[in-house]
Amino acid sequence: MTPLMRILDRGSVIFLAVLAAATILIPLLNLALPETSLFHVPTYLVALFGKYVCYAILALSIDLIWGYVGILSLGHGAFFALGGYAMGMYLMRQIGTRGVYANPILPDFMVFLNWPELPVFWYGFQHLPYALLMVVLVPGALAFVFGWFAFRSRVTGVYLSIITQALTFALLLGFFRNDFGFGGNNGLTDFKDILGFNVQAQSTRASLFALSCIALAIGFLICRALVTSKFGKMLVAIRDAEPRTRFLGYRAESYKVFVFTLSACMAGVAGALYVPQVGIINPSEFSPANSIEAVIWVAVGGRGTLIGAVIGAILVNYAKTTFTSGPLAPYWLFMLGGLFVAVTLLLPRGVVGTWQWWTQKRRALAAAKTPAAPPTTQAAE
Amino acid sequence: MEASTTALLYLNGINVSFDGFRALNNLSLAVEPGEMRAIIGPNGAGKTTMMDVVTGKTRPDNGDVVFAGQHDLSKLDETQIATLGIGRKFQKPTVFEMHTVEDNLMLALKNDRRPIGMVRWGTTSGEDVRINRILDTIRLGTLRDRQAGSLAHGQKQWLEIGMLLAQEPQLLLIDEPVAGMTDNETRQTAELLKEINRDKTVVVVEHDMTFVRELGVKVTCLHEGTVIAEGTLDQVSSNERVIEVYLGR
Amino acid sequence: MRALPDRLVALLFALAIALTAPAFAQPAPAADPPAAAEPAAPALTGLAGALAHFLEDDFAETDTGIGEVAATADPRAATIIEALQDGRLSFSAEEKKVFYKDASGNLIDALSGAPVAAEPADLSDVRLNNRVRRALDAAIGGLSLQAREPAKRLQSAEAVFKSREGSVLPALDAAIAKETDAKIKQAMVEARAAVIINSEDASEVDKLTAIGVVRARGDQEALNLLAGLPAGSPASVQRAARDAVASMQSKLAAWATVQNAWYGLSLGSVLLLAAIGLAITFGVMGVINMAHGEMVMIGAYVTFMVQEYIRTSSPALFDYSLLIAVPIAFVVAGLIGILIEQSVIRFLYGRPLETLLATWGISLILQQAVRTAFGPTNREVGAPSWMSGTFSVGQINITYGRLWIILFTMAVFVGLLGLLRFTRMGLEMRAVTQNRSMAASMGIRTARVDALTFGLGSGIAGIAGVALSQIDNVSPNLGQGYIIDSFLVVVFGGVGNLWGTLVAALTLGIANKFLEPFAGAVLAKIAILVFIILFIQKRPRGLFALKGRAVEA
Repeated sequence: MTPLMRILDRGSVIFLAVLAAATILIPLLNLALPETSLFHVPTYLVALFGKYVCYAILALSIDLIWGYVGILSLGHGAFFALGGYAMGMYLMRQIGTRGVYANPILPDFMVFLNWPELPVFWYGFQHLPYALLMVVLVPGALAFVFGWFAFRSRVTGVYLSIITQALTFALLLGFFRNDFGFGGNNGLTDFKDILGFNVQAQSTRASLFALSCIALAIGFLICRALVTSKFGKMLVAIRDAEPRTRFLGYRAESYKVFVFTLSACMAGVAGALYVPQVGIINPSEFSPANSIEAVIWVAVGGRGTLIGAVIGAILVNYAKTTFTSGPLAPYWLFMLGGLFVAVTLLLPRGVVGTWQWWTQKRRALAAAKTPAAPPTTQAAE
Repeated sequence: MEASTTALLYLNGINVSFDGFRALNNLSLAVEPGEMRAIIGPNGAGKTTMMDVVTGKTRPDNGDVVFAGQHDLSKLDETQIATLGIGRKFQKPTVFEMHTVEDNLMLALKNDRRPIGMVRWGTTSGEDVRINRILDTIRLGTLRDRQAGSLAHGQKQWLEIGMLLAQEPQLLLIDEPVAGMTDNETRQTAELLKEINRDKTVVVVEHDMTFVRELGVKVTCLHEGTVIAEGTLDQVSSNERVIEVYLGR
Repeated sequence: MRALPDRLVALLFALAIALTAPAFAQPAPAADPPAAAEPAAPALTGLAGALAHFLEDDFAETDTGIGEVAATADPRAATIIEALQDGRLSFSAEEKKVFYKDASGNLIDALSGAPVAAEPADLSDVRLNNRVRRALDAAIGGLSLQAREPAKRLQSAEAVFKSREGSVLPALDAAIAKETDAKIKQAMVEARAAVIINSEDASEVDKLTAIGVVRARGDQEALNLLAGLPAGSPASVQRAARDAVASMQSKLAAWATVQNAWYGLSLGSVLLLAAIGLAITFGVMGVINMAHGEMVMIGAYVTFMVQEYIRTSSPALFDYSLLIAVPIAFVVAGLIGILIEQSVIRFLYGRPLETLLATWGISLILQQAVRTAFGPTNREVGAPSWMSGTFSVGQINITYGRLWIILFTMAVFVGLLGLLRFTRMGLEMRAVTQNRSMAASMGIRTARVDALTFGLGSGIAGIAGVALSQIDNVSPNLGQGYIIDSFLVVVFGGVGNLWGTLVAALTLGIANKFLEPFAGAVLAKIAILVFIILFIQKRPRGLFALKGRAVEA
């Protein structure tokens, strides 16, 4: 088998094909067809789907560390939000004199707070390439430092989960403060344009959607390549028997730091794509509840399956949109809470995981019926 | 650190205590290159703790742990010690249950251990040869594509020993390899260890006296964290103290 | 729960609290009303003479008039001065009389106090300018120095201390002469000293004495006063003030430390109260109960409901409402805990991360249930009389509510410790903590122990809710604020060790409060978080961890 064949198994090919179709069709049906057409996709739906795709990237990044290395991060929303803030800073600086106070350099909230000049950490964000670099670097650097401390000291399991939650909580408190320099409570909003295109325009939204899909495809391919490689097998080995890997001479913490940092970078990209599509980023994105909710998307879809994470993110968020906009809105939290309990109790493998397990079992049964089957010793599991 | 010793593994005056409980008490032990040594002793004698000290899992309170006359193991961590060439099999068989037998061995093969060197797919033909050789040694050739989690208990023990071999260590520390094995498997395991001992130094901790007799090597008996007897199995098993604390009358 | 030194440290904490608490607990000095100083015989001529100044329609004259009216110490003086301040004072130059309008708008002769039937034709207001207003304020301050109510006298003495207004000096002297309440008198003497230090014509000797008086007072106000000495004070006075400032600063710093320690102790006890139930469930079962905060919240709502019931049925019992709520909250939260354990958690043993997610789901459900039943807004939980009010020890203020919470926390802690040490259930719980499989093989029904442990942990969270309802907003989100902090406390202290939890909670609370003045509340929290991450690096199993083979399993 060539590496490419290992990376692109049948499921992956189908997934990428569906994603490619969505990338092309949804913008096309939105832009090319008149609004009266039966097949027209309204712009608000394009933005909504774009949001789902960003969530799917976030879910993918969580699945990479939870599904394959067993690191349950309850603070991945922090990396998502940091990426979002980096993009938001770029968008803020694009507003220029169109702001309420028409200050060519300072964003409105700084003028309002009587800040004399732009803080140093806002420098350079008027350039998109620099902002994009920060989208990846800032979450990546935080994850690296955090992971370096946490994994080197062998903090694992629930301890790690709670510390990641505390991390995002600390950031939440920080970003709520005005003197942090990121717009405090209100966050960053009132964006005008991105690379000169109006963020509200139909064509911009369609392009952002397509971009998000492409980012998802790239993220998926990176994850898929990693988990099928020897590196990926090492990750699973660390998940299942970390002491064994150390006694084999592997430095498990290096692997964890690496993959945790990569995952944080992916989450940052997801956040950066999310912000121009929803038009706002504020500290509530750091709230621990958001991060845990993202974990449940992965659990619903099935962890350690990558595709499951994407499907779970879309399913749960579709349900959320449907219920919270209808008369059942007050019951949504009951349903979400019930989902947490039900998935962990009844569907621990998630939708895709259960399906994979079931087909594998069926194949094994079919193989056992053929006479040439190898003798099976009783399985321990 | 004593440079004069010829021993591959040299323990001198090791003390380890947990909350006042002395797990190792002035333990001294020397294993020569190429030797196979069996360690026996009652529960709580400190056998596993001794292995923990050698492999860096537990730091000794004081004492010397010297490998190959030059490496002070008490200053290194598990990964560094493993890289020096010490392999360890746990009491409870620990293999990567979700991986196939082949992948378990592939991950154990002596290779570049850095993450960057691991981003590659499949095995090279050289690696295949090495894996095949080990599969033959541990008698699991037919189970190459089986998931390790679905192996029988004894097979897992062998797979773990195979993973140690794949590491190409100088010294193997093997904790209770025949626990839970049938008599036949026990005999095969003794054969396997003797085979391994041809070019590697081996330290085996075991309770099974038949197995120890089968190995036919020098025996050390531990009790309450210290060595109470050393010599051939017959010498040790006739020692008054050993009979009193371990073998029973 | 083994190492003796650990326990000694913790015991010292507890002892220190137990010993100091009764000393603090003395009731605030009851304000015993002094024999009200009746004003001296009415000096009509004096008042009449003073009032005459108001007839000139000249600011300087008015100023003098205010001073004289105030100096008469006449009972009518206060009314007149207040009327002037409110612009209700008028005069008739022809009749040579001064009038004021009372609250109902009737015109009253200021001298006789009799209503005036016919308004004089040339009636015009006594006008004010800034200088006059200042004189007025001082006069009012001086007048209330002799008010009937002791609280008012004390308040105006403090006001004078802050204003250092020279013109009240005569009134102050008069008040000091008459004052019988030692505390108020002291305040007045200090006020007088403040005035003298700032006065231009006081003698050097007087000023030095005054500095001594202010120095003895020793609080922040006194420090400000001496630090801001008027320019041109004699050199000896300045030197004395400098000395006094230096000594007071070090004393104040010491008091600030004590105050911070007290706040820290208070925060620490809140942390302990919230974390202690978690310490039990996590210690015994290795289960992270993310719905733990919601148990606290339920306890708070139980308190609310108990109070509602008492308000409507027997208001006399209100002071006992918290005592009544404690057992009810324990039972309600405990039963909900057992229900959760039986319906969800017991199926997830050995899968801690899944347990974490499932209990988070439960916390969402509980929050939403409470939101549906009680609404999303804060509910008012009242404080019984014995929990409101403050008293001061030296330079620090202590609120009764906080004091009781600290005592209550210690009581819960000691009770729990006793339960673990002296009961069959405690023995079984400790056995399961140390070695689950061994305990099971000894015939301990671990499943039952788990359920009871979970109920106990939840019940204690419920009790915590009763106490926290006094200092936090009772809303469906109450619990969320505590879960992260509680977990950090448990991890910091070491799993399975209640003494560790105690020391960790108090340490974190005090550290937080000492960091806050330098770093601000948020940065202090972040600093603590970073500290814990680094700490876990050094000691992954917490301050007082169990060691040895059982832990490795």
